[in-house]
Amino acid sequence: MSELAITLLRLGFLVLLWIGVFYTLGVLRRDLRAPREARPSIVATPSSVPPAPKRSRSNGKGSRLVVTEGPLSGTVVPMGSGSISIGRAPDSTLVVDDDYASGNHARIYPVDDQWIVEDLNSTNGTWLESTRISRPTVLPTGVPLRIGRTVMQVRK
Amino acid sequence: MSAPTASPSTTQAVQPTRRNQELGLLIFAWFVGSAALAIVGIGTGDGLPDRFWLTLGVTAGAGLVAHAVVRSLAPYAEPIMLPTAFLLNLLGLAMIYRLDIAASQRAIENGSPEPTPESLGQLTWTILGIGLLCVILLIVRDHRKLQRYTYISLLLGALLLLMPLFPVIGHTVNGATLWIKIGPFTYQPGELAKIVLTIFMAGYLVTHRDSLANVRRKVLGVSLPRLRDTGPLLAAWVLSLAIMTFEKDLGTSVIFFGLFIAMVYVATQRFGWVVLGAGMFLVGATLLYLVVDHVRVRVEIWLDPFQYANDAGFQIVQSLYGLANGGMFGTGLGQGYPQLVPFASSDFILAAFGEELGLTGIMALLLLYGILVQRGLRTAISCRDVFGRLLASGLAVVFALQVFVVAGGVTKLIPMTGLTTPFLSAGGSALVANWIMIGLLLRISDITRKPSPEGAAEPSASPQRVTPS
Repeated sequence: MSELAITLLRLGFLVLLWIGVFYTLGVLRRDLRAPREARPSIVATPSSVPPAPKRSRSNGKGSRLVVTEGPLSGTVVPMGSGSISIGRAPDSTLVVDDDYASGNHARIYPVDDQWIVEDLNSTNGTWLESTRISRPTVLPTGVPLRIGRTVMQVRK
Repeated sequence: MSAPTASPSTTQAVQPTRRNQELGLLIFAWFVGSAALAIVGIGTGDGLPDRFWLTLGVTAGAGLVAHAVVRSLAPYAEPIMLPTAFLLNLLGLAMIYRLDIAASQRAIENGSPEPTPESLGQLTWTILGIGLLCVILLIVRDHRKLQRYTYISLLLGALLLLMPLFPVIGHTVNGATLWIKIGPFTYQPGELAKIVLTIFMAGYLVTHRDSLANVRRKVLGVSLPRLRDTGPLLAAWVLSLAIMTFEKDLGTSVIFFGLFIAMVYVATQRFGWVVLGAGMFLVGATLLYLVVDHVRVRVEIWLDPFQYANDAGFQIVQSLYGLANGGMFGTGLGQGYPQLVPFASSDFILAAFGEELGLTGIMALLLLYGILVQRGLRTAISCRDVFGRLLASGLAVVFALQVFVVAGGVTKLIPMTGLTTPFLSAGGSALVANWIMIGLLLRISDITRKPSPEGAAEPSASPQRVTPS
């Protein structure tokens, strides 16, 4: 076989091998971006209808933390006078089952008449609208707060 | 990993199974492997190698069967591990064919009888390995059930590790007592021990990780874990030293100890264990260097291989020459002299690839291993039960460590230890064990990604204090 053909085969095979690598990476990337809505969530009762009115008044404040996006979408956490912890740790108030959330990701606590959200040094951050918060920040009503794939907001 | 920027789609999409993408990747992998085999034949000047069509047919069949089994038994498993492993296996097969051709050419030149081709055995082991992958998917329907066998795994693992030392069945090759021999069959039980000991470690750490992570005692102002909690680490250390001393197998002992440290780290998320483990490793390595002869020889070869270029360092020196000969783009499959490195088909197959495919090809191979390990660790991260998480990360770490130790040894980054390269190297024991590991990872990822309600029955995954609307 001619020298040229051998060289072409030699380089052609390397190209083929790398096409294979990039093909694999392409599938990998698509897989990473896949929606995870269908992840198991018997605990969350996903519903697109707005949450039903609260049955009872909880300690004074009467606000609720409503999850609007993510696997727990539709979940409502009543906000009393205590703080709410969010994270993957099983003892969190809101346990998010999310690869992008840390064990103890964030907490929300009341100061005077406001809710304050504080990031507990999480890996991927806590995002208020599109800003990553770096210090305890006021969490106004109706503003989306994102932790991993979970988006939630305070509602009156 | 960065924060997700795209907001998740709000539709309740059905979880894609991604089996078709897997099939696409498998077909492509088979095509690349077949091309490698054909080029080997053309490059060595013999035309298509012996059993070319047989190999093509058999590997295509094996790939399709594996795909069909995954499709029916683990439909939600992630789609990349199987094709990646398949591709590596086929490339290894092509390189072993290539070395067979060189061996038979040399035999003809010397007038000695034709050697038994290694590739035929490797092909058989490939089929057996893929078959065992299917069997694993069939038997292990839920990886969490494996946790029941925690202590049985420990016993089994210890037994497998000690088997080569038993009289009658124990078998020594080139100074390493790693094999058992029953009739004409030889097997390295240590390869299977890797898997069962990973199962044991995962099961053990599920129950003991809290005390490992949290109980500590202050000694001279430094907080250290209690001696009682370091027990398993000490046991792993002693076990590694024992393997190194009695079976003369550096590689396996490095893998075991590294695996144990990595799993304790994953379980406790405390870096202190890694520091402690690295310290113990250094102490152990120094001890062995001073006491055990063959360890000292390995280290001295590593420090200055060219001084021993004609005896003990011959292998590593030839490997370095081979890599240099390959350069950036390699000599082309079938065009180099990889057969000059002793054990080119097993321990030094990466050097053979480095010579014939060059740095470009080696990079692709390492990237494929990186993808494999990433998929394993990814499976571990998304797994909801602690046992599965530990098992998956342990299996991924075994692949990663093995590649590191082999690639490091071949390129003289670290002392040569003599391990097989996962999926590439000739050697049935390792190949079969690697396919079993892929089977377990596929099972864990299937359970993790399956959108079934009972999958979430883990207490840790349920927000107990949440009031659903």
